[in-house]
Amino acid sequence: MTRALGLVGTIALATALVGGAAQAQTIKIGVNEPLTGAFAASGTYVVNGAKIAADEINAKGGVLGKKIELVIEDNKSNPTEAAAVAEKLITSDKVPVLMGAWGSSLTLAVMPKLMEYETAMVVETSSSGKITTTGNPFIFRISPPSAVEAAAFKGIVDKLALKKVDFLVINNDWGRGTAEDFSKMMKDKGIGVGLVETMDQGAQDMSAQLSKIKSSDSETVIVTTAVDQLTLIFKQAAALGLKKRIITTGGSQNPDQIIAQAGAAANGTMHLTTFLPWFPDKTPNPEATNYFISEWKKRGFEFAGCTESFRGYDGIRTAAAAIEKAGKAEPAAIKAAFWDIKVKGLNGDIVFRKSGPEGKESGQSQPNVYLIEINDGKIEMKSL
Amino acid sequence: MSEFLQHLVNMLVLGGTYALLGIGLTLIFGIMNVVNFTHGVLYTFGAYVMFIVVQQLGLNFFLALPVAVLAGWLLGAAIELTLLRPLRGSDIDTTMLVMIGAWIAMQSGALWIWGGVAKSVATPFPEAPLVLGPVSVSWLRLFVLAAAALLIVVTYLLINKTSLGRAMRATFQDHDTASLMGVNVDMIYTSTFAIGSSLAAAAGALLGPVYVIFPQMGDLAAVKAFAIVILGGLGNISGAVIGGFILALAEELGAGYVSSGYRDAMGFLIIIAVLIFRPTGLFARAERVG
Repeated sequence: MTRALGLVGTIALATALVGGAAQAQTIKIGVNEPLTGAFAASGTYVVNGAKIAADEINAKGGVLGKKIELVIEDNKSNPTEAAAVAEKLITSDKVPVLMGAWGSSLTLAVMPKLMEYETAMVVETSSSGKITTTGNPFIFRISPPSAVEAAAFKGIVDKLALKKVDFLVINNDWGRGTAEDFSKMMKDKGIGVGLVETMDQGAQDMSAQLSKIKSSDSETVIVTTAVDQLTLIFKQAAALGLKKRIITTGGSQNPDQIIAQAGAAANGTMHLTTFLPWFPDKTPNPEATNYFISEWKKRGFEFAGCTESFRGYDGIRTAAAAIEKAGKAEPAAIKAAFWDIKVKGLNGDIVFRKSGPEGKESGQSQPNVYLIEINDGKIEMKSL
Repeated sequence: MSEFLQHLVNMLVLGGTYALLGIGLTLIFGIMNVVNFTHGVLYTFGAYVMFIVVQQLGLNFFLALPVAVLAGWLLGAAIELTLLRPLRGSDIDTTMLVMIGAWIAMQSGALWIWGGVAKSVATPFPEAPLVLGPVSVSWLRLFVLAAAALLIVVTYLLINKTSLGRAMRATFQDHDTASLMGVNVDMIYTSTFAIGSSLAAAAGALLGPVYVIFPQMGDLAAVKAFAIVILGGLGNISGAVIGGFILALAEELGAGYVSSGYRDAMGFLIIIAVLIFRPTGLFARAERVG
């Protein structure tokens, strides 16, 4: 009996040693995304994009002679969980760099942990201005803050002849930040701002808010939230006979999914996005875009997810480039290396510029923003 | 004025399903003295049955509804037989903990089977809404309201006009006496739990196609069901119906005229008021104390 136990112990020890040796052959990147809860669809797309990047890098020999290993954790669309997941990834999995956390409120919850453990994170989706202006030097963001979206949109407001707009935004840092930045831009342009309505991130019935907007004197509604809630809003707006022009922001619309699920209700809606998978030749990096889209289709994923998943793809390639530049998989070296990289992203070159209070600046790249319109179930590009 | 009318129509449609949710929960609490934490998961379950029958098996939408109700009935009976019957006579805290465990296990099961990404169900109703003057409502929601009303009436008749209902009411008043009078209390408990569960599943099956279906969809529904039950008084069926409409009205008018950010808080503000001024619920009869 004792000998049998001893044998079991030896096997366990051997397995642990072999496992440990295998782990040292890879470089880990922590991925902190919402895979359940209100943002499950978006987070899952980002993770699938991240996997394409990791496989591509590993097929070409990896980074620093080692394979990349993604350690993927679900933050449950919940800020408390997002912070806990970051802590787990850093302290238990010992990842030297992270990507996350999709939503602005999720990212903001993670940020103190990055300061505490001095580990950098690539922010792939979040758009709240606060993320890069509060003085967190471990943040490197590749998505546009809402002020950049608003500035890009500024060019077209005259062409759209906007007079007065209402807002319907998700009730968190993302939605409220967008309403603030867009209101400011609208007022500068002399456009009236009417109602600012909010909805809970888990809310499924927005009829009350939409009924109120239906009766207002604005002709346009700016809507900010993720795809599942957007689909519901289009359906419910159509059911209420809301005839106003709807423009969405934030780049998490997955327009093809909206067309599939909301049908005719999606016609005439406009969307500010950060990627053009429908027109690969018009993207800044057509070759990489075509490769990504073909790989995405090859894996059997729905085309609709492309507009979201490219962020995960670019995010992991950005992190890998920083590791390569650093020459070692150590948090401090990787953090420093982010400032010296130039990655050909699917939405423009990723080069970090300083943002926020001096001495503790965050990194922010300058991605492109596009406006598309859905007409007869087809996507058309509008020039900004 | 047209905005107010639209809010009222929204309230009617929402209130019908809230009432359905509330009745199932209040029935189980009133008769069995069990706080059913699996109510929200049964709601989710009903919605997923719709998804399986309509989207995966490709069968008729209207056929899927009774299937979901039956599936909810069977799952409810199974929960009662395997979890609650062995616990009969144990204190309310133990039962509550077991039900919380069942809730977590079933929700994780849904996540494991179907994943976290929301699903939607196609319906045979036209996309263009019914427009009546300034008010507009989708055909699907009108159907949901009619189906909810039908289920509420059927439940009311079942409890007030059938011998099973008489036995249930007798058990509600005093289960020892009912048992002495020849009522099979075990059978009543199982039927009650199964009926309550099938009502939750019916609400999920009706609302799943209106919204989207995901494993945690039942959490908010359950919280609202508890709110409705407290509003209407524990175990009070007509109280639950009226409570459902009051909650819907508070949410609609709260979001419409106060602040949409507090929409889901409105119901709870009312509950706080009810608990302060009428702790037995708005419609509870005077009860003997002590």
